[in-house]
Amino acid sequence: MDFLSLFSIFVLSVFVGFYVVWGVTPALHSPLLAVTNAISSVIIVGGLIAAVASKGIIDLSSTMGLIAVLLASVNIFGGFMVAQRMLAMFKKKK
Amino acid sequence: MNTTIIGFAYLLSGVLFILALKGLSSPVSARKGNTYGMLGMTIAVATTLYGAGSGLDLSSYTNIIIAVAIGGLFGSVLARKISMTALPQLVAAFHSLVGLAAVFVAIGAYKNPAAFFEGGIISTGSMIEMSLGLAIGAITFSGSVIAFAKLQGLVSGNPLVFKGQHLINLIIFLGILGLIYMTAVDPMNATTEQYFWAIVGLSFFIGFLVVLPIGGADMPVVVSMLNSYSGWAACGIGFTLQNTALIITGALVGSSGAILSYIMCKGMNRSIVSVLLGGFGGDSDDVASAAAQPKGNVKQGSADDASFIMGNAQKVIIVPGYGMAVSQAQHALREMCDILKEKGVEVRYAIHPVAGRMPGHMNVLLAEANVPYDEVFELEEINHEFATADVAFVIGANDVTNPLAKTDPQSPIYGMPILDVEKAATTLFLKRSMASGYAGVDNDLFFRDKTMMLLGDAKKTTEEIVQALNLS
Repeated sequence: MDFLSLFSIFVLSVFVGFYVVWGVTPALHSPLLAVTNAISSVIIVGGLIAAVASKGIIDLSSTMGLIAVLLASVNIFGGFMVAQRMLAMFKKKK
Repeated sequence: MNTTIIGFAYLLSGVLFILALKGLSSPVSARKGNTYGMLGMTIAVATTLYGAGSGLDLSSYTNIIIAVAIGGLFGSVLARKISMTALPQLVAAFHSLVGLAAVFVAIGAYKNPAAFFEGGIISTGSMIEMSLGLAIGAITFSGSVIAFAKLQGLVSGNPLVFKGQHLINLIIFLGILGLIYMTAVDPMNATTEQYFWAIVGLSFFIGFLVVLPIGGADMPVVVSMLNSYSGWAACGIGFTLQNTALIITGALVGSSGAILSYIMCKGMNRSIVSVLLGGFGGDSDDVASAAAQPKGNVKQGSADDASFIMGNAQKVIIVPGYGMAVSQAQHALREMCDILKEKGVEVRYAIHPVAGRMPGHMNVLLAEANVPYDEVFELEEINHEFATADVAFVIGANDVTNPLAKTDPQSPIYGMPILDVEKAATTLFLKRSMASGYAGVDNDLFFRDKTMMLLGDAKKTTEEIVQALNLS
């Protein structure tokens, strides 16, 4: 994809993010931090590409990729689970 | 065909991430949103592995599965075991991992251009995008490490300032920009590698330098800001890989963190620049270095007094602050409120936007203690109600109630929105000592007739009030 298309996606996403996040209730700002944390770990795709590219041979690039996959996994699992744990606690008056 | 499917799949996961954030508009929809987020992540990972196609052999698979298993297990255990009071440091630690992952991906891409770039050639544009992702990732990492250390108490929460700090930061920052330019001049040249590593080193360094001078009380801003950085880092890498899921997500997270930083700054009436310049707001209360200078008579009360006053009140508003988190008083507090409610007292909670060490910190702690969220209100929603309240029960908060913010233009907290606890018929302050708050300003509410101070550990005092209420 050319730069302009990607950049358009970027700019529009910033706007979407802006409006969606203003809609988040302040009470849930902590879970918001945890969820954004988890989803920004989609950077794992970069790690996967690097890890796969060397076809099983361990070199600098694939090692970096694997470490990135490991770190991002901590975040993905940890972020979503801690968000879920927090959200489970928010209850209405009985 | 293949690339079309992959493109659609990444778009789908981007959309699911948007829905994940959208869900957080209410506690009711939030859990579903979280599920969308997990689904989006699964799709992104599966798509990448599918796209890798023929390049994928068994041993790469095994390595990846091992890496995911170790990371996933560690993350899951962490998420389950962590106490809710330690959430701010957990979030900071997670941010550092995103930053570090971005750094490693950038290195991986740089060292194996054939896997990442068309024809194995890194173009000038890609190099700029990659270097930006690299630099922001590194800053996110080291900044978050310091934020973590401060929140965990490994490093003093007091601001660390030295002479010429800002000048040094500026020089390093310009140096990084210069290096990014140098890498972009001729990305495939072997000499470019030294600039690449120099960016890594300098960015790590400036991340440390930027967060060190920022005081503990400004941590909500720092945590939000690093959240934002981690998003922009993902964006930079997303442009490099031409991956829409990464660009969309990075932009979402980047703007989310920016909005939170803005809300936090507004809650303190500070500009983001003044927070970044640092030097404000240490650990306050707990340090108690500033001895109390009595400016008048302080009325000290006992748990019995407090229980008597609240037991006879019609309406009590609870104002929690960081002190409640420190002493883990939320459970005792909820118990106290349960008894009051049984006695027919109307109980509500008022949350200041910057109470605690991260956005929404108090809400989570109260939720943990089973306080229903429809009893918890934001500053704008509840501030007018103090006038009709019999008691404002301030537990571990100080500066966010200080009327000087309204009356004294000389005060460092002037202009900060405050909770109008002074308007309640009686104000009860649970505090560890008479020391001033993080801003180093005396709170003259302490010396007013309508105020009663309950000095001591917040949890212990609250438990004593519970006992007294049970006896009465």
